[in-house]
Amino acid sequence: MFEIRIHSRGGQGGVTAARLLALAAIHDGKYATAAPFYGAERRGAPIVSFVRIDDKPIKIYSQIKKPDMVIVLDASVMDVVDVLQGLKGGGNVLVNSQQKKEFSGYASSNVDLTGIALREKLVVSGSPILNTPVIGALAKMGIVSVDSAKQAIREMFTDERNVKAAEAAYREMSA
Amino acid sequence: MINNDRSSIALSRSPIRSPSLQELDIIAEIPKEEYVLKCTSACAGCSDSLALRYVLKAAGPDTVLVVPACCTSVIQGIWPNTAFNIPVYNIAFGAAAACASGMSNAFRKAGKKTNVIVYAGDGGTLDIGIQAMSGAFERGTDFLYVCYDNEAYGNTGMQRSGATPLGAKTTTTPTGKTDFKKDIDAIIAAHDPPYQATAAAAYPQDLFKKVQKALTFRGPSFIHVLAPCPPGWRYSTEKTVEMGKLAVKSGMWVLYEREYGKVTIGAQSKVAMKKPIPLEDYLAPQGRFKGIDPKTVDILKQRIVKNLAKLAAEEAAP
Amino acid sequence: MKKIATGNKAVAEAVKQAGPDVVAAYPITPQTEIVEQVAEFVSSGELKSRYIPVESEHSAMAACIGASITGARTFTATSSHGLLYMHEMTNWAAGARLPVVMTNVNRSLGPGWNIWAEHTDALQERDTGWLQVYVSTVQEAYDATLMAFRIAEHNDVLLPVMVNLDGFLLSHIMQPLDTVELGDFIPPLTLPHAIDPKSPTGYGGLTGPDQHFKFRWDIERSMRDSVKVIDDTQKEFAKRFGRQYGFTEDYRCDDADVVVVAMGTLGKEAEVAIDLLRKEGIKAGSMRLRWLRPFPKLVLIGKEVVVIDRDYSFGRGGILATEIMAQTKEELFSVIAGIGGQEVTYEDVADFVRNRRMGTESWFGVNSNV
Repeated sequence: MFEIRIHSRGGQGGVTAARLLALAAIHDGKYATAAPFYGAERRGAPIVSFVRIDDKPIKIYSQIKKPDMVIVLDASVMDVVDVLQGLKGGGNVLVNSQQKKEFSGYASSNVDLTGIALREKLVVSGSPILNTPVIGALAKMGIVSVDSAKQAIREMFTDERNVKAAEAAYREMSA
Repeated sequence: MINNDRSSIALSRSPIRSPSLQELDIIAEIPKEEYVLKCTSACAGCSDSLALRYVLKAAGPDTVLVVPACCTSVIQGIWPNTAFNIPVYNIAFGAAAACASGMSNAFRKAGKKTNVIVYAGDGGTLDIGIQAMSGAFERGTDFLYVCYDNEAYGNTGMQRSGATPLGAKTTTTPTGKTDFKKDIDAIIAAHDPPYQATAAAAYPQDLFKKVQKALTFRGPSFIHVLAPCPPGWRYSTEKTVEMGKLAVKSGMWVLYEREYGKVTIGAQSKVAMKKPIPLEDYLAPQGRFKGIDPKTVDILKQRIVKNLAKLAAEEAAP
Repeated sequence: MKKIATGNKAVAEAVKQAGPDVVAAYPITPQTEIVEQVAEFVSSGELKSRYIPVESEHSAMAACIGASITGARTFTATSSHGLLYMHEMTNWAAGARLPVVMTNVNRSLGPGWNIWAEHTDALQERDTGWLQVYVSTVQEAYDATLMAFRIAEHNDVLLPVMVNLDGFLLSHIMQPLDTVELGDFIPPLTLPHAIDPKSPTGYGGLTGPDQHFKFRWDIERSMRDSVKVIDDTQKEFAKRFGRQYGFTEDYRCDDADVVVVAMGTLGKEAEVAIDLLRKEGIKAGSMRLRWLRPFPKLVLIGKEVVVIDRDYSFGRGGILATEIMAQTKEELFSVIAGIGGQEVTYEDVADFVRNRRMGTESWFGVNSNV
């Protein structure tokens, strides 16, 4: 089982990112679940969402304690939350950032999702949309296939710019 | 928000058929058919059953009555017998209007025009049922809500309700009620239903016509019926009709209609406005007002004047 | 096409296919998504229902009752305080023999305000005459909702059915969902006692001490008859759509020495604990209770039983543990865990089994030795 924890702030689309990722994984022929952790969240507060991907049905509902990967949609969350907590040794940290950030003992990658969203004019109520481009970055990392990523995005969003943003993230993500 | 009730009102802001009371006078042959049969379990001199008799005659056989806990729950008889020749759905105390809301929607969905009439007491209307009623009116439910008002919880032995007038003794206001009667008609008016009216069991022709008229409107309508109660108000049973008439003649009860917001005061109350009988004539025969403080009587008189002036102003408004 | 849905969306999808004539709805977290989605379906014309946006849950159930007695198919959804607020009317719906179908998204009760999963809300409705089923996956939420209409409306039952799913854990999780071509799986509703002005009848009026018990017994008679209807319906569902359901879902119970009994998502996660324990050489099994009413005959003879209650009856014990003890007459290990959304993992469940002390009760997080 591959377990992913997504850190974001309320309203940034972390929950939707988890859902898109799970849907793409299902299109890859796998089993997947996406679960938001509902706290007393409000717009702007740090939140986490969980994605599990496996080859067999997933029976676990409790929170992910030892993720294989962590996604940080808003780098400022790292100032207040230990995003590495429980992350398996050598696990990957994907950060929405222009600069690559090193985490000792972990692999790290970065992509400027905010920049991509602004370029594609994917902005809702003043917030750049991060959940569709991040799926492109995850496809680049091989978490889901490119075709399934696009299919999932098209099922959940009608605006084709979401797919373009994902393609941009695929191209621009650091190794 | 979807609201099927509301859309049905929007379709028919003008009534399907809205005859004036004068027109109705011509056709006001009260049908011989009885829907409240003999052998009800009502008290002698009960004006609840008297009023219901005319409500049902006006509504006719394609009618379902929704009855919350109240005297009418008892009057219909004990299972497996019923004295009502009409389907009656009994429901919990605070739930009549909501139940009727579901029933009306289901009938309309099935293409049926069956009248859905709530027949509820003052406790089930002004107190415990007010939330459900307010919701049903706000949603534009296609139904008629009749509140028969005996100004206390009659079925449980006359405890005070929101409808009990100032100064009236009940088992829970042994020295007389210290609060005013709640103006439920004003609360209903605030919901802006197509039609609302007041009536009295003592004026069955008037009640009959108002029910007939109310049922011509799509959407919610409301009729508030004064229903004097011999054991509760403590007067002798043969005076039930007289008691209702005294209430109107003294101005304690005003007969009027409000159709699309336009108020029309009834002829009987017009007389009372010009030349009311002394309020004491209405209070004196009733044991519940025995020993009432003259100051309280004065306050009641002032309220009557104020209420009549308010209604007259509303009637005069363009 | 492969679909993915939350538990709430799956329920709404099933409701759309079942096609109730009247839906009366009031929002409450974590159920709201259901009534929003149903409202969308009505708005778009995909569901030809009358949607009554009532002003309270008490009125939601009253409106379902009023609609149902005309012979209409009815649906509502609620949770927690909403369910308790309609308690008077849930009794009425069952007493009036009306096949209302309701989703309850299990949530804790206040104070303090806690919106997370707990079963005490639905268990407080245990004695109302409603059939109750508890589900553990998005797929099961969908399947059980479809079956609920068929079971409730069966003329041998004519009792309301409550489908329970865990707040957030199931209501908000996204899982795969296979929808079905319903066909005639849910036959048209024929309510034998539907109200009809052509046949004036009094409903629910004064009923004397010489009669009332007969109506109560009739509820119980139908509750007993519902066992066969549920069984038949689940078999028919499996035949048509390929997914099997029982009164319980048993996992590696046959040769088990110790069996974990739980409801909802925790009952599903317990299966992972069983695999873990089996690897350690502990012959454990899991029995996830699906139907609480009617309460099934549990096959637990000769096994040690560990019951996990996400609920409690103060002054008595875990409600599920109490129910099971009443049937088996055997001591068991009662664990109170998951109250108000308390985090419980399969590793914790494995610990409950490893540390079991038959004949005792333990509150997870309070008694340090569970």
